[in-house]
Amino acid sequence: MENSNEVTIEQLKKQLDVLQKKVGKLEKNRKDQLSMAVVSGDFDKILATMIISLAAAAMDTQVKLFFSFWSLSALRDPKKSPKGKDFISKMFGMMLPKGKDKLSLSNMNMVGMGPMMIKMLMKKKNVLSLEEMFKQAGELGIEITVCEMSMDLMGFKKEEFIDYPHLRFAGAATFVADAGESAIQLFV
Amino acid sequence: MTNEELKNLKSNLVVDARGTACPGPLLAAKKAIGDIESGEIMEILSADEGTKNDIPRWCDKVGHEYLGFVDEDSFSRLFLIKE
Repeated sequence: MENSNEVTIEQLKKQLDVLQKKVGKLEKNRKDQLSMAVVSGDFDKILATMIISLAAAAMDTQVKLFFSFWSLSALRDPKKSPKGKDFISKMFGMMLPKGKDKLSLSNMNMVGMGPMMIKMLMKKKNVLSLEEMFKQAGELGIEITVCEMSMDLMGFKKEEFIDYPHLRFAGAATFVADAGESAIQLFV
Repeated sequence: MTNEELKNLKSNLVVDARGTACPGPLLAAKKAIGDIESGEIMEILSADEGTKNDIPRWCDKVGHEYLGFVDEDSFSRLFLIKE
């Protein structure tokens, strides 16, 4: 009797081992991390991105933002003008908003009146400005990855982006890898 | 905790976040929490209604003990004990 009992414990231990390994793998796969693919370059969507990111970072969730396509405009530094661009890149550079202060609203833009009114209201209601939000994001260690492919496509240069402490340049696989291990994934 | 108990509570640190809207008070709380020791009481002043829901969620997630809030005329006082 005793003998058969021991075998059961042995088996249980083995099963426990297997389970522990599986749980460990799951935990490793889904970190307390937020991954956002930010494609829109609208003022309101960048604002939402930053508010959600800051709230997540304040709650000790690791935040990784992947900026691609239109959103790259938000990362441009209006004070920087890189040299050596070809004609089409220059055209793109001129037509796209130069920095987060120049973004349009996705709704009620009214040739720039909308963003002006929203910024006025944000100030009145004590909402942090985008500039301040990016500053806080940097302090909280929020990572921003610039999509190299969209950067090339639109003719942007690394030198024209803002001085952000956790800025890196990578491709779609980086987002997929980050998103794969994140408990929360969002697309903006 | 009852309203009366909360009102008489002595906080170790008062964080005045009345000048910022969401997520300002949460950010202020997160920054200030490092300035007190475990078991000490922090009080957050917020004029943002959403904070009353956000701070308890933050406490839940991070492990601090949320005690409750007291409404004043134009703001609220939220209390918590650091983990």
